[in-house]
Amino acid sequence: MAKTETVLISGMEAIGWGAIHADCQAYFGYPITPQSEIPEFMSREMPKLGRIFLQTECELAASGMVYGAALTGVRAMTSTSGPGFSLMQEFISFMTSFECPAVMVNVVRGGPGTGGITAAQTDYHQATKGGGHGGYRCIVLAPASVQECFDLTQLAFHLADKYRIVTIVLTEAAVGQSLEPVELRTLDFGPLPEKDWAVRGRFQREGKKQTMPLSKIWISYVGFHQEQIEKYQRIKDSEIRYRTYQVEDARLLLVAYGYVARMAQEAVSMARAQGLKVGLLRPITLWPFPSEAIKEAASRIGKVLVVEDSSGLMVEDVESAVQGQVPVYLLGCWGRNVSTAGGIIYAERILEEVKSLS
Amino acid sequence: MKKEAPAKKVICTIPRLHDGWMLAFAPWCPGCHIGIINRLLCEVMEELGIQDRAIGVMGLGCSAAITPSIDTDRVWTPHGRELVVASAVKRCVPESVVYSTVGDGALLAIGSGHFLNTTARGEKITVIFVNNGGYSRTGGQVAPTTLAGMKSTTTPYGRDPQVTGFPLHAAEIAAMMKGVAYSVRGTVHTAANYQRAKRAIRTAFQKQLDKIGFSLVEILSACPINWQLNPVDCLDFIDKWMIPEFPLGEFKNVDSIDYSFDPELTKLGMVIRERPAG
Repeated sequence: MAKTETVLISGMEAIGWGAIHADCQAYFGYPITPQSEIPEFMSREMPKLGRIFLQTECELAASGMVYGAALTGVRAMTSTSGPGFSLMQEFISFMTSFECPAVMVNVVRGGPGTGGITAAQTDYHQATKGGGHGGYRCIVLAPASVQECFDLTQLAFHLADKYRIVTIVLTEAAVGQSLEPVELRTLDFGPLPEKDWAVRGRFQREGKKQTMPLSKIWISYVGFHQEQIEKYQRIKDSEIRYRTYQVEDARLLLVAYGYVARMAQEAVSMARAQGLKVGLLRPITLWPFPSEAIKEAASRIGKVLVVEDSSGLMVEDVESAVQGQVPVYLLGCWGRNVSTAGGIIYAERILEEVKSLS
Repeated sequence: MKKEAPAKKVICTIPRLHDGWMLAFAPWCPGCHIGIINRLLCEVMEELGIQDRAIGVMGLGCSAAITPSIDTDRVWTPHGRELVVASAVKRCVPESVVYSTVGDGALLAIGSGHFLNTTARGEKITVIFVNNGGYSRTGGQVAPTTLAGMKSTTTPYGRDPQVTGFPLHAAEIAAMMKGVAYSVRGTVHTAANYQRAKRAIRTAFQKQLDKIGFSLVEILSACPINWQLNPVDCLDFIDKWMIPEFPLGEFKNVDSIDYSFDPELTKLGMVIRERPAG
């Protein structure tokens, strides 16, 4: 896989290619719209490479098998959408207690409940605040293009192994089903710690006992949580990622992620053409959240407009970042072109909102 | 003059595979049969020489506590997800020997969907199912295996089949599945049955070592605390009430499973939408 090639693929195929380039050895999944293209892709490509693909009996089993596979030291992943992601929370919580690295992809659909099957950003809290029981965090990466789907999936595997944490790729149908040219190449993020905790039978460790028969939480409850807090701090210190677009002279700061950030970037260009000084800050890691960067930019610019395709979830993190120093406005799912589940927020609507605030 | 027979010296031994340190996590009550089953597993694994290849998958509960008391590699799972994790471990490390000890709730209630699908897929794992007719570790609630009419802490007036249904039969269900190589029900409440149970566990592991298919050993076990009986009366209870509902015996024992299919069918079905990459 050393050679570089450019292909026209969808965001979900890009996630699949990213996993394959990241040496993902096992994929487990269950069909759910709008992410069924990922298990379809993996069922086609993984057997060709002698790797494991299995469609399980439910999403819960899929995440359970990811846990089992990851414990043996191989890279494993699953993908799902909203309702399936709720089912997977049991094992995400469990993997956290065993510090088991894994990659989960959530191609978000509008919720709650069965909701819609098209693009939405309603699972923000569930992904970034620890969706299962026990109070934990997962690294959350939000791609805004098909190339990023490919790159961030590879990064997700690296970060999962580096910090022994569950990493979530949070995307939605708009990015996942878009076709864009993608440069396929294997990314190297540097060395990783050896997986000396992997459970593969004693014969593979020269008879030595395994190091991780128990969760640390059973040995020392407070000690476990302290270690987690330290780990989260290390991640916050070095893994925050975001992009800015024309923020230098802006008078209004847009904050958006995923497909909405693409629309917001378009809106910034349209506003600039009309003489409105607008900039965009796009978080790539939703957890750890780029709070410092937003605080710094917001206090300089003086006004923030959060655009997200939900009832207003990320806006809480932005408000927490700016600490009430500047006004924070929100354009949520009411900014969709149509009021049905099939609507999306277009750049023109964001521009309208920008104009009303300028 | 009648001579008194010299007192026999009884030597208590602990199986080599028994993990003393982990025993702290597995306190079984006096008169419980799970300790016996634990011993059988240790002995069989030692005799087969599979300690270094074995990976135990443990959930939560009295039956699940067998696995931590056996000195092999092991992984922990949430309650009821043992078969899911065991399947993945076996697929990722095919040369390992994966075993799991599960209870009534894990196999037949919360994990029943996983049980059906794992057996249907013919996962090459060995499952020891301890059937003691209730949820023991949580204090004696009704389980899918609780006998009709029997009292539990959540059926205080007795289990009414019109409300909570009839007992589930794991060994018979498994025997119906094509992917299952071996399915048997035994007990350890008499010396003869103890020997049979040991043979059954050995055969179950052998089916996995021979890469044939899924193997299940269901063992009826006493629960003196929740049955509110003394250990000796528990043996009578098994004879009088458990065995009529859960008959002992081999329900399936095959040396090969036919995994073939008609190639004609591979030409039918959904068309693969393949876009060339590059």
